Amino acid sequence: MSTETMTRAEAAPAVLPVGRYGYDQVDRTFLRERIEQFRDQVNRRIAGDLTEEEFKPLRLMNGLYLQLHAYMLRVAVPYGTLGSKQVRALARIAREFDKGYGHFTTRQNIQFNWIRLEDTVAALEVLAEADMHAIQTSGNCIRNITSDEFAGAAKDELLDPRVHAEILRQWSTLHPEFTFLPRKFKFAISGSPHDRVVARFHDIGLIARPGPHGRPVFEVFVGGGLGRTPIVGVSLRDDLPEEDLLAYMEAILRVYNEFGRRDNIYKARIKILVQALGADEFRRRVEEEFVAMDRARYRLEPALVAAIKARFGAPDFAPEGDAATVLAEDRRRDVAFDAWVRTNTHEHKAPGYISVVVSLKPAGGIPGDATAEQLDLLADLADEFSFGELRVTHLQNVVLGHVRQDQLHTVWQRLSQAGLGTANVNFITDIVACPGLDYCALANARSIPIAQKLSSRFADLELQREIGDLRINISGCINACGHHHAAHLGILGVDKRGQEAFQITLGGSGEEDASIGQILGPAMAEDETVDAVSRLIDLYLVRRENGERFLDTYRRVGTAVFKDVVYAPA
Amino acid sequence: MPLLENCHPVEDTWRYAVEGETLGAGDVIVPLDRLSEGLGRSDGRLGVVLPNSETVSVLKEALPKLALVVVTFPIFRDGRAFSQARALREHLHFTGKIRASGHILPDQYEFLIRCGVDSVEVSGNADMATWEQALRRFTIATQPSPVLDEKPTGFGLRRFLATP
Repeated sequence: MSTETMTRAEAAPAVLPVGRYGYDQVDRTFLRERIEQFRDQVNRRIAGDLTEEEFKPLRLMNGLYLQLHAYMLRVAVPYGTLGSKQVRALARIAREFDKGYGHFTTRQNIQFNWIRLEDTVAALEVLAEADMHAIQTSGNCIRNITSDEFAGAAKDELLDPRVHAEILRQWSTLHPEFTFLPRKFKFAISGSPHDRVVARFHDIGLIARPGPHGRPVFEVFVGGGLGRTPIVGVSLRDDLPEEDLLAYMEAILRVYNEFGRRDNIYKARIKILVQALGADEFRRRVEEEFVAMDRARYRLEPALVAAIKARFGAPDFAPEGDAATVLAEDRRRDVAFDAWVRTNTHEHKAPGYISVVVSLKPAGGIPGDATAEQLDLLADLADEFSFGELRVTHLQNVVLGHVRQDQLHTVWQRLSQAGLGTANVNFITDIVACPGLDYCALANARSIPIAQKLSSRFADLELQREIGDLRINISGCINACGHHHAAHLGILGVDKRGQEAFQITLGGSGEEDASIGQILGPAMAEDETVDAVSRLIDLYLVRRENGERFLDTYRRVGTAVFKDVVYAPA
Repeated sequence: MPLLENCHPVEDTWRYAVEGETLGAGDVIVPLDRLSEGLGRSDGRLGVVLPNSETVSVLKEALPKLALVVVTFPIFRDGRAFSQARALREHLHFTGKIRASGHILPDQYEFLIRCGVDSVEVSGNADMATWEQALRRFTIATQPSPVLDEKPTGFGLRRFLATP
């Protein structure tokens, strides 16, 4: 770097991004080195120095999949937090390298489904200009660290988990020992007693809370997962001190790397190892590793945590003023706005502020898709109303974290004009769906058309409000990327003698009352499945008591009546 | 098969024991099941091949008498040897040489070094420039090496990687 550029870099005002770690020149150099590495790997593949078998894991660890019709590039959104400049870079990629849209995923990432191999390096360069990358969004390594979409904003939060998510991100990036694991490895971290990160269905789920002297402690869940073998994770530690966080994670990963199965990819996740050894034996092996290791080397000193935290920008909240009064008045005057506020907002810790969930589930739409124009609008709204920050949710929506209550009506109007004002968060049409057979080479069935049919069937907002909270998740195959097991009403695409068909599961939950949905009965064709869902809902509306959710009624009355309403001859 | 150390081909003074033949004198690498035979020998240094399905503790007794441990990659995707190399250094404080053998990509070279491996067996037609470039690719890492004392940048988890 020349003296001149050095001076300019140092003279630049240190404006730190709100809600996420701010890169400096060293981090940017690392991204450039990573892109050069990938450019070189592509060239070696073309020259024949790398076989396709050798190239595949290397491209996957740069987020590049080969799907049914094209390459897909999955971009990392660490702990689900994006800056407005980053969102505009995503819009640019959608326009220049894809068909004008992107798809938000259940791991808070965004993927582009129509990327050409020869454009990949250029796309990675666009990302790097905005301090973004696609590192470890696929492959048998530690994947993107997911977190609470209301982090740093939620009233019920005990501790903002994003600083520790960033520490885990850095620690896991190109980890020398854990980049060729038996299988993929997913972390989620929350700082709220209300589990919004599905901690118990991750390879490692962490729940942070303040401990003695205000230092964070962590509850550690391990061995949860969905996929072919849905399992609720076991609690390994309830009181892990912050200074041992990395050491303990190393210990878990080491036991997994050494003992995890490698003979069968369907038995290779850590959940299978934990089940095979039993929780007690697994814990014993982790503890054995933990006490043997050079703990000083991995100790997370308060000064180190503080240094990383110091790279995070914090929102400068304005005084409450009459914001709450203005909001109350706006709600009184505008019934449609009031309905949207009821469903699409979340209580904020700062007086006068509120968090907004922007639904990416319009009636009849494709869950999680956003066009380049919508992305640009979201970036503008983030700049104007939420400190330039945006979050992606694992339910495939987007959150404006810190909106002034007296500006909420304006935000809603702007969203509505762009088709982003649907008041359906957590309702029956707030559907989660994987890309399915429209894109994915693994799928047995298309997830998107059935999601669109269900969304159209229940489009009436009055009806949706009557039904209340009901989570529908759809997976196009047993790999369960749509998290169907964790849904109140899950739908799984299967291949039934060469025809696409769908199984219904009932009773799942991904929250602190985690449970795995149970299969209701034989798979049905797409339209039959949509009709069956209608009958299940009708039954629920008849049988519910005292404002029960669908899930509560199902748990109370049991499977039999629900099964009868779908399968018994009329 | 060329042996790579610090990106450079070096002379391999070791030979692998041949099945059915006596070990003889000099620097010999034995399979695990001939370890005691090797330990009974008095002339020459001893190395052993550690299959990646074994835990390093099987070498615990013998380690002070070993000058070399070979960790193995049946296929490059099977990363158990990274943990074995690290455990040999970190837990068993092994100070002899660790060599990596098998199906290894240049893209894994830095990881091997940072886990405590000294040398890598590469195929006869390997392009040395690719291996050297791979090792020099990154100037920083964002986690402590389990075995090397890399210089932290003074900020967070980052540390500069020494280039050989």
